[in-house]
Order: sequence, then structure tokens, then C-alpha cells
Amino acid sequence: MSTVSTTAVELVDYDEAIDRFDPVIGIEVHVELGTRTKMFDPAPQTFGAEPNTAVSPVSLGLPGALPVVNGTAVEYAIRIGLALNCQIAERCRFARKNYFYPDVPKNFQTSQYDEPIAFEGYLDVELEDGTVFRVEIERAHMEEDAGKNTHVGGSTGRIHGAEYSLVDYNRAGIPLVEIVTKPITGAGARAPEVARAYVQALRDIFRTLGVSEARMERGNVRADVNLSLRPTPESPLGTRTETKNVNSFRSVERAVRYEVSRQAAILAAGGTVVQETRHWHEDTGVTTPGRVKSDAEDYRYFPEPDLVPVAPSREWVEKIRASLPELPGARRRRLTDEWGYAEPEMRDVLNAGALDLIEATVAAGASPAAARKWWMGELARTAKQREVELAELPVTPAQVGELQALVDSGRINDKLARQVLDGVLAGEGSPEEVLVARGLGVVSDDGALLAAIDEVLAAQPDVADRIRGGRVQAVGAIVGGVMKATRGQADAGRVRELILSRLGVEG
Amino acid sequence: MSTISRDEVARVAGLARIDLTPAELDRLAGELDHIVDAVARVSEVATPDVPATSHPLPMTNVFREDVPEPTLDVDEILAGAPAAEQGRFLVPQILEED
Amino acid sequence: MTDLTRLSAADLAGRLATGEVSSVEATQAHLDRIAAVEPAVHAFLHVNGEDALATARDVDARRAAGEDLHVLAGVPIAVKDIVVTRGMPTTAGSRILEGWVPPYDATITTRLREAGLPILGKTNMDEFAMGSSTEHSAYGNTHNPWDLDRIPGGSGGGSAAAVAAYEAPLAIGTDTGGSIRQPGAVTGTVGVKPTYGGVSRYGLIALASSLDQAGPVTRTVLDSALLHELIGGHDPRDSTSIPEPLPALVDAARRGATGDLSGVRVGVVTELGGEGYQAGVRARFEESLELLRGAGAEIVEVSCPHFTYALGAYYLILPSEASSNLAKFDGMRFGLRVEPTEGPVTAERVMGATRGAGFGDEVKRRIILGTYALSAGYYDAYYGSAQKVRTLIQRDFAAAFERADVLVSPTAPTTAFRLGEKLDDPLAMYLNDVATIPANLAGVPGMSVPNGLSDDGLPVGLQILAPAKADDRLYRVGAALESLLENTWGAPLLSRAPELEVVT
Ligand SMILES: [Mg+2]
Ligand SMILES: [Zn+2]
Repeated sequence: MSTVSTTAVELVDYDEAIDRFDPVIGIEVHVELGTRTKMFDPAPQTFGAEPNTAVSPVSLGLPGALPVVNGTAVEYAIRIGLALNCQIAERCRFARKNYFYPDVPKNFQTSQYDEPIAFEGYLDVELEDGTVFRVEIERAHMEEDAGKNTHVGGSTGRIHGAEYSLVDYNRAGIPLVEIVTKPITGAGARAPEVARAYVQALRDIFRTLGVSEARMERGNVRADVNLSLRPTPESPLGTRTETKNVNSFRSVERAVRYEVSRQAAILAAGGTVVQETRHWHEDTGVTTPGRVKSDAEDYRYFPEPDLVPVAPSREWVEKIRASLPELPGARRRRLTDEWGYAEPEMRDVLNAGALDLIEATVAAGASPAAARKWWMGELARTAKQREVELAELPVTPAQVGELQALVDSGRINDKLARQVLDGVLAGEGSPEEVLVARGLGVVSDDGALLAAIDEVLAAQPDVADRIRGGRVQAVGAIVGGVMKATRGQADAGRVRELILSRLGVEG
Repeated sequence: MSTISRDEVARVAGLARIDLTPAELDRLAGELDHIVDAVARVSEVATPDVPATSHPLPMTNVFREDVPEPTLDVDEILAGAPAAEQGRFLVPQILEED
Repeated sequence: MTDLTRLSAADLAGRLATGEVSSVEATQAHLDRIAAVEPAVHAFLHVNGEDALATARDVDARRAAGEDLHVLAGVPIAVKDIVVTRGMPTTAGSRILEGWVPPYDATITTRLREAGLPILGKTNMDEFAMGSSTEHSAYGNTHNPWDLDRIPGGSGGGSAAAVAAYEAPLAIGTDTGGSIRQPGAVTGTVGVKPTYGGVSRYGLIALASSLDQAGPVTRTVLDSALLHELIGGHDPRDSTSIPEPLPALVDAARRGATGDLSGVRVGVVTELGGEGYQAGVRARFEESLELLRGAGAEIVEVSCPHFTYALGAYYLILPSEASSNLAKFDGMRFGLRVEPTEGPVTAERVMGATRGAGFGDEVKRRIILGTYALSAGYYDAYYGSAQKVRTLIQRDFAAAFERADVLVSPTAPTTAFRLGEKLDDPLAMYLNDVATIPANLAGVPGMSVPNGLSDDGLPVGLQILAPAKADDRLYRVGAALESLLENTWGAPLLSRAPELEVVT
């Protein structure tokens, strides 16, 4: 039973909405850090453990329990802050955010309020067409996750209509970093895409930094999406809604689109948008209002008296900065340069998920152009046919490198190489093994080639004459004949050379 | 001068999740008014130039190694719960979500 | 035969060490005493006889096997019911925790167990340590052994009364605004609030995190030093624990007991005396000053002008922190759960009903006050201002300690009042802690030493304050005063308490 989500809501067509209004988004992303223990608590982080087996007095909020900060979590938070071009606070504190909720064991969340560990940063996000959009970061702060409720007895398993709930506190206390953007303006019609690309870019950064597995489907990364509309980019900000827990890239995009259409309908009809939190419904693709609570915002924040301030030394911060791995954006720019790809080529590579594969193929000795040719050509087609990701094909970058080496050495030509690749994909072994097993080597014996050339020249004396007369371009017909006669197992370049020398013509 | 009305006490009791009887509300409104008047004197000397002290002894950077320690026994903690089911704490239906 | 319950912990420890007495005998003697006087005193909420005797047997066996034991091994102790004890009920004097058995031990508990002190039981207290009379316990009043119609002080009235009534030689107390020292003063016992961070708070049910400290409750200054050295020192489970070794407290107490205070500057705080202090309290204080002067101390007068704002700051900071610390008592994970009498049974409404029924008047009063002080629009005026006053009080202390090595004052303005006398006047009740609160706000250590009887024949205490981390000064001066006073009296003050009627 989910009466709220089936209520018909007026929507304005998205394009029409964007014609009339300027969207402003704001995104809060929570990422669970992949530390071994919890934020304030030496209980282990486990995924999928039996309920309430990964809890200590601290994560259960038992009387007398006291928090102690996980130093590794602080380091991870600083890494994230640095990767987002933030300033790292010289001194910051934890605060208590007080609110009663059964999955919040202490009935306050230990978080950071007016003193975040990182602030004033930005992230350059690349959109599908290659446009780079800068998202300004307001802050990144440390906090802890809540436990998990399972609602029992209602017909839908949803929170409304449940008769009671069962709470598992294994997740309670897992370290979170919450990253809050400044209002993102200027995205216009592309606001949904910007929102998605931003969350995706963050996910890639978390993984590159090694601070989280960042698995969306496990809820490691969760986004709250704020959206407001205003008549023009010059108008003051409109009233926003906050759509909570949007947990896939596609949903981020859809939720923004939906709120644009919904709010536009309200505003176009002369109504006012209510400032509220809304719930995202993955199944139906709509948002519905959360229950209105008058005092919900009075969190009575105050500095956490059980913890002392965090004052990362500048030496520590610089040490962490120096240890940061190359971030996805920088790597992309570097490789575009190094490989001499055109921007659109690189974009296709990224969109196809081929960057790592090409990099490994280049490392295996192939030229960047050849590596791209294989992965974005033959292999991309095969992957599409088989409906799998490129990386899932049964061929390794090392094998593609080996294949290209065979081509470069002249042992096979492109046409044969495709046959060799077919063999590799069919599980027949390495390129060398396939080549030998299928007997696909090019005819490199000049004597054999010359015999074939003489045969073709004899069959087409008029063409031979024209070539002798200086019409060098006519050589193609003879080359074609020779290739046919050798069933393609000849190096076309060598064939051409031999034909010309046979006819005494300078190539 | 009354600083805390009965309504204000009711609002704050709601924030603090404490059900109060009408008699308790009446009494607390009077008492708290009296107490707040007395303690509000602190603002006489709490001038802008005075920094706040939230901690008696100044300390910073107290961190723990990221090393797991033994957890509590699940049966023992559930035995202390008002209600439990399937290894979890059983709580009444939750009507709202933050 | 010696009555083992009349010995100091140090004496008892000495006899245990020589094998003259066994821990089982000592523990049983105290359990017998408890059985005899509890109907009159009601210092305990839970008596842990079987477990205490098991510990005693274990210690006796280990001693017999020649094991190296802690100096206090085998000496029984009472623990305030705010300290969590695995397998032993812990209620903090509240209905909301009735029957709760913690699944873990406080660091203090762990240290006591590791050192082999039989835990006799859990002592009564004001609910969640909110009070100065133990009348706010959900489990009935504790009676002052000096006069059963009077309060034993609070919040740790149970621990102080247990020690004063010879039910235990040692007890653990906690002091957020005076809850060790003020009960010590009104029961004629010694109580010490260590420097903030000197004793781990891990496993103490928090009242106000930035003010709470656990400490010893004993009959002699030396006993306090012995217990303080056992429970004190760094604990990595408490982020506010001082990461340094304790000063040598037992040594300081032994040195002080010689009665020589040459070169020690003793500061008398102008603001902690005079108006509002009972005449007998003032008289005993003046006499004690004369004794200290006679022992070679230099007496100086110091002014701490912001101490007059301490009570106000305290009653903003404490309720604010408490309102948040006590939020976890909601009927979801442990303790009492009460369903609303009408309407839907939702988690939110069960929390409200549980807290409405489970908390007593004083707890509700302070939670509401604290919630109000932290709520939107009031924070700066109340909590923020109180934190500034804290700075001013610290500055006052810093200036005073420039001129004096220790500061002294009466511990409490009056002797024990009658049960019920101040129950309906919260502000009057709060005034009991006017002299003890500044130390908690600044984090400095304090001790109360019995220094005589007032005109009403009830005990009076003298408070000694030292700079942070200089707890050893308390012991030196406290032990000196104790021996000087006992020399003039010819016996400990407690020997003048009326004998309790015992149940046989
Ligand atoms: Mg949020
Ligand atoms: Zn958050």
C-alpha cells in the first residue's frame, strides 16, 4: 500500500519547463569509508554479517560508552578534501546533531557542523560531449552512519503501514564523509546530466583514492538532490526541495528531471513550492513528500564534549597530498596528450569504458592508435554483439598487444589479424597459438609471391602495359589479384613493391 | 518577566521526547522561568571578547588505530532489550523518516 | 577481635598482606555490616554478596600461591550505581534503567576487578547524578548515618553513607558539580574529585561529559590516594583522558601526614565563604586555617570574581549536555519501555511515554532546561555564554594559583539538611554546590576533608583545590590537615558519629 506514490501529480514537459525556468541544483553525497573499524568505535565494519554482531557499546549507544576517533578515517577524509581541491581545516571539531530516531542509537549523530574538516573546493566534471563543468564544493565533513530498519507487517515492506520494525546496528557508526556542493547554477537544460556526471565523478575519485569501494548498489555512496527553479538566471534562488537517498547514477538524473517537471507545473499554475524533503521512488520514478515535522530542523547542535578537536598538522596534510594517486580527470588529460587522441576520440574511449584497457594495451607494446583501433573497433563491435562490457570479453590487453606486435612485424596483415582475434575470442589460445594452429602466417617468401605475380601479370597484359607506361595507380588491380591468389596471406605492401620492380617502374 | 511560557515548555518537551502531564507542564513552566532568570546572569560577563571554553583541558588529535576489537555478544545485548526478534531490536512502527 | 569494618583500607590491606586476615573474612564482615545497617541507611541499590565473596576467595588463593598482588587486593569496595558493571544491575538511580544488566564493564570496574577488589554492591544516588541529597533516587532515600532524618548529600549519597556507616572501607563516586565532595562533607568522609581526565569516564553513565569525573570516597586521605592511583591514569577508550602518568599521590599523602606544610601557600577564596555559609561551617573553617598556619603554611587571600557566575554557567552547561547524553534512554534498545495509554503505538510516541514515565522530576526539569538552552535562537545567549564564563573562571583559577599552591574553602555552605527540606525548591537545592562547582567548570582537582562538627553536631568539610594535574597537592595538604585535626581530637571525626542501631 503506497497511496502517496500513486497520487497523480501534474507535470510539465521537461523541455517546456526548462524554457520557462532556470534550474539550480545542490547535491549532498554521503560516502561510507572503507576503514576496518567504525568512525568512533573499534567494532569492525562488516557487510552482510549477522545482525548486531558488529557492535560495541559505542555503536549501540549503551550508557557509559565513549567515542574515540578513527585516525584512518580522518586521513581518508583529508584525502577526499584534497582530491576535491578543498582547503583542509587547521582545526575543526565534531558536533552532536540531536534528533530522535530508532536507528540512531544515541539519538544524536556525531557529525561536524560549523567546523568541517574540508571546505571551499571544486570538482571539474566532464559531460558526455566533452564540456567541462565546474562544480563548487562548499564542504566535506566527517560523520557516522545509522543502523538499518527492516519494516515488518505492512503489506509493502515500506515504512508506512509497517506494524513494527527490526533494527540492526551493524551499520551504525560506519564512517561517512558528506560532501556538499554550493548551489550549482548555469547548467540549464543539462542540470540532470550535470548531477549524474558529478556523482559519477565522485564515485571514480573515491575508488581511485582507495577510500571506499564506492559500490552504489550497497549504498556505499548515497546522494541527496536539492532542486529549485527560478524564472531567469538573474532571479533570486527559488524554494528548494531535497530528494533523499537517490542511489544510482541514473536515478540522480531522473530525480532531477522529475523535480524540474513537478516544480515547473506548480509554479506555472501560480502555486508555490513547499520547502521539504522528498522521497525518491526508484520503481515509479517519482518523488513524494516526506512527513512534515515542524521541529525537524531544530537539531540543537553543540560541540561534542566527549571528543577533542582535530587539528591536522600542515606536515601531515602535505604528506597526504604528496601520496595522492593521479585522479581520474588529470589522468584523462595526461593520456589524451600522451596518446595524441583528439578530444572526441578520448570521449568515446571513456564512454566505452576502454581507458584502462587501452592503457594496458599500450603498456604491452602497442601504439596508442593501434590499441584504440582494436578496442574501439573490432572488440567494441564484438562486445556489443555479445551484450557485454568490453572488459568482460575473453581477451586481455596483453593479448591485444601481442596481436598488434604480429602485425607490426609483418607476420600477419590486418585481415589475418582479425581472424587471429576471432580465434582468441573463441578461446583457442594466445594470438601466436591461434596463428600457428590456423596456419594463418603471411606468405613472406618472395619467390612464391613472384610466381603469383607473374601469373596475374600474364593474365592481365593490358594492365601491365599501362603500369609500364607510367600509370602506377593501376598497380592496385594486380595487387588485388595476387592477394586473391594467396587467399589474403600476403603482405600487400611487399606485393606492390615486387610488382613495380618486376615491371621496372619506380614506386 | 516571564521568559518561558507553558506553550514553550510543551514545545521543548516535544523536542526532548518527554510526555508531560498538564500538571507537570504548569509546574515546570513556573520553575523553569525562575531558574532561567537566575542562570541568565551569565550573559552579564560573557562579552564578545571572551573566547568560549568547551573543554576544561586543551587537547587535540586523540586518534585510535584502525584495528578491530572484540564485539558484544548478540544474545547478551538482545536479552537486555525491551523486545527483539530475528537477532534484531524490535521497535514500534516508525511513522516518519528524516 | 578487631572489627574489620572499622579499619581503614590501608590498615586492612596491611593485614591482608601479612595473612593476618583473609579477604573472605573482610568481605563477609562488610556484608554482615551491610545486612545489619541497610534497613536504616539504605546506601545500596544492589548487594553483590556472592560475587564479592568469589572475588575474595580468588584473591586469597592467589595470595596463598605467592602471587604478586595489588596493594588493595582483597579490600572490598562499593561502587556508585552510575558505573557500569557487567552482570550486575546498573540503574543510575533511575526507573528507566530498572533491571538493566550491562553487557560490558567500565574501565574503573575493569581496574577494580583486575586488582582483585571484591565489589560489595552498587550504591544509591540521585537519578542520573542530578541532585545534592540523593532524594532524587527512584529507589528511595539514603539516610545520613549521623542523623537518619537527614540527607547524606548527593548525588553520591549512597557511596558516602556506605563508607561513613562502615559498610565499605572504600567507595567509588562521581562528581559533576560536587557529588563526591559535598556528600563527603555532610557525612564526615573524605572525597576526591580528580583533575578532569585523570580517571577514565569510559563506562560512567554520562551526566555532563565536560564536567564528570569519578573519584575515591573513603574515610582517610591515604585511602583515597591508594584508590585514586588504582583507578586513575590514561585510558585510550576515553578521548579526554590525560595521556600522562598520575603524580605520586600515595607518597604525597604520606608526606603530608607528617603535618609539616612549610613553604606551602594556601589561598582562601574570598567568594567561597561569608554570606550564606552557616556559622559553624565558618568557625570550623577558620580553625582549620589556624592549624594550617601552625603547620608552616602561608595563608593568602585570593579573589576569584567570576565564581559568582559559576552556578549559572553550570546550570546551563550541565542540562545542555545532559539533555543530549540522556537522549539514548528511549525504550528502544535497553531499559524500560512504556506504551502510550491511548492512540497509536509508534516509536515516537513510545519514546515520549517511556521518557515521561521513566524519568523523575529533577531529570525532566534539567532535560527540558538543557533542550531549551540548546534550541534554535537561545544557544548563544545560554550555552555560548556559559562556555565563556568557563573561560573567565579558568582565568580566575590561573591568577589565584599564581599566588597560592592550593585554594581552600568550606566544601558546602551548610551541614546536612533534613530529608524533604529543599525538595520543592530546586534553586535552594542547587546552592549546595556553590563552592564545589567552579572546580568542575575549570577541570581542576578538589578534595573534601572532614574538619569538625558544626553547632548542630553534624560534620563539616574543608575543600582543597589544586591546579590541573597537581592532584598530589590535595593529598599533601589534605593528609596534613587530617593528622593535625586528629591530633587535636584524639580520634577520627567519624568515631563521634552515633552508633547505628543494628538489625540482628
Ligand atoms: Mg543531507
Ligand atoms: Zn550527513
